[in-house]
Amino acid sequence: MSPEVLAFSEEAQAELESILQAYPTKQACLLPVLHLVHREFGYISDPIAEAVAGLLEIPFAVAVEVLTFYTLFARRPQAKYVIQVCRGLSCALLGQEELLAYLKNRLKIKEGEMTPDGLFELKTVECLGGCGESPIVRINETYYELQTIDRLESTLKELSKGPKKGA
Amino acid sequence: MEKAIKILTQNFGLEDSHTLEAYTKTGGYQAVRKVLGKIAPEGVIEEVKRSNLRGLGGAGFPTGMKWSFISKPSKKPVYLLINGDEGEPGTFKDRTIMTRDPHRLIEGVLLASYALGAHTAYIYVRGEFTFCMEALGKAIAEAKEAGYLGKNILKSGFDLDVYIHPGAGAYICGEETALIESLEGKPGRPRNKPPFPAVVGAFGCPTIVNNVETIAHVPQILLNGAEWFAKIGSDRNGGTRLFSVSGHVKKPGVYELPMGTPLREILYEHAGGIIGDSPLKGVIPGGSSAPILRPEEVDVGMDFDQLAKIGSMGGSGGIIAMAEGTCMVWALHNLARFYAHESCGQCSPCREGTGWAEKVLRRIEGGHGTASDIELLEKIAKGMMTRTICPLADACALPILSYLKKYRDEFEAHVREKRCPVRPKRAA
Repeated sequence: MSPEVLAFSEEAQAELESILQAYPTKQACLLPVLHLVHREFGYISDPIAEAVAGLLEIPFAVAVEVLTFYTLFARRPQAKYVIQVCRGLSCALLGQEELLAYLKNRLKIKEGEMTPDGLFELKTVECLGGCGESPIVRINETYYELQTIDRLESTLKELSKGPKKGA
Repeated sequence: MEKAIKILTQNFGLEDSHTLEAYTKTGGYQAVRKVLGKIAPEGVIEEVKRSNLRGLGGAGFPTGMKWSFISKPSKKPVYLLINGDEGEPGTFKDRTIMTRDPHRLIEGVLLASYALGAHTAYIYVRGEFTFCMEALGKAIAEAKEAGYLGKNILKSGFDLDVYIHPGAGAYICGEETALIESLEGKPGRPRNKPPFPAVVGAFGCPTIVNNVETIAHVPQILLNGAEWFAKIGSDRNGGTRLFSVSGHVKKPGVYELPMGTPLREILYEHAGGIIGDSPLKGVIPGGSSAPILRPEEVDVGMDFDQLAKIGSMGGSGGIIAMAEGTCMVWALHNLARFYAHESCGQCSPCREGTGWAEKVLRRIEGGHGTASDIELLEKIAKGMMTRTICPLADACALPILSYLKKYRDEFEAHVREKRCPVRPKRAA
């Protein structure tokens, strides 16, 4: 697979250029480039990983090893909203388990699953580093602090209003 | 008087505290003007040594001494890596510096780079902290525009480029050699030491890794002098530190206080005491890796040495309070699960030990444990310690041993009653 798979927007292309000049080796660009393609495509499939490997002149196996070592890269298309419930100790002390139970029941899915309409996906994650405002739920890249079932419910309602796919 | 001293958080009350303008108006970049090209790098290192600044990421290693491990002149480029991979459960302080006063960090990076002879610095930011990367990115651009970064900074002849490197969700990358691996585009698996990073670090070159909070202290140390800083703290623990307080307290948050401040004062004065005025059951004083303290131990002074003396550690300064009514088996299981999830997997005692401990704890907590499980847990913990490349295994084992020692009756009650006696009606 050739780097042509990576059809970048102009903005992403500019970001790629600045990443490439920030490091003394091409492999060091791997994490920032993976973040970039993850933002561009929403997930990183094998063909995308292969194209990144080609771009940075590293073996495909290395790209996949790195990609799968870290937790922030999805390997398949994600729901429009990925709900990440922090299960760190500070959040657990302040009601995280109840929040998770509520979400499972409300969305009728288990951890790691997606609603049939592709709108929500439910995950638990390790400490998000927001313990001063526990419990924390992160939805895509946004932190929602001091969560209660009521607050979470109003966020879910708000998010359900938008178009279902292709944000 | 000294208790009111704010160094890192002095500008947090300003609405535009994150801007270059706010920082320069309040004395920002004055240390750079005082030092660059005027004081020799060795002089800077000496000053930081005398200040008793300790590594505030967790290890508490004296910063000036760490810097002196770079041998000069270096034939290879020297790299400065800033550890902003904040991930120790219960810790949320570096993010406040990166978002609310990023220029204080950048000035510290500039001064440290000058002292080390580094011309490239990377700030490694936890992948989830996109808001920190955004704030830092803007601040770096502002600093460049104003001539504080780039070529021939303030006509001193010193050059420095600063880049942000995004992490991607692996706690282990907060360990300095794993962070280096991660910077190089590899999985974050810690390296054996020696060689130490100061000799062979990033890209095979001499490298210093310092925590965000540590480096943000450097400008004021150089502006006001080592003695001023050392005097604020306690014996051999200079200055202030940011205590992240969470769990069952009325006012959780980040509190900047002098090193050595009693834990009791932090919990009951600054953080407002325990929710519902319940009795305290236990408190983690330095991030989840720190052995737990019982209520009768909270008069300890919060610095690296005083906490070590009572068998715990200063760690990341993350304080997690647990009120009466908290199941300690459940709390420990939560931590063991974290370490099992975050073990990089390269050392068997850690990979297997953390996972095994998690399973045994789950069993005990669920009421399915046997008396021998408690001994087994102890054996697992002891079998993990000091047998691995990095301290992650110890970070799991030490809390296990401390909970077993200090709350043993609770573990035994779980086994005896075949259920959790503390919180019988758990959520699913």
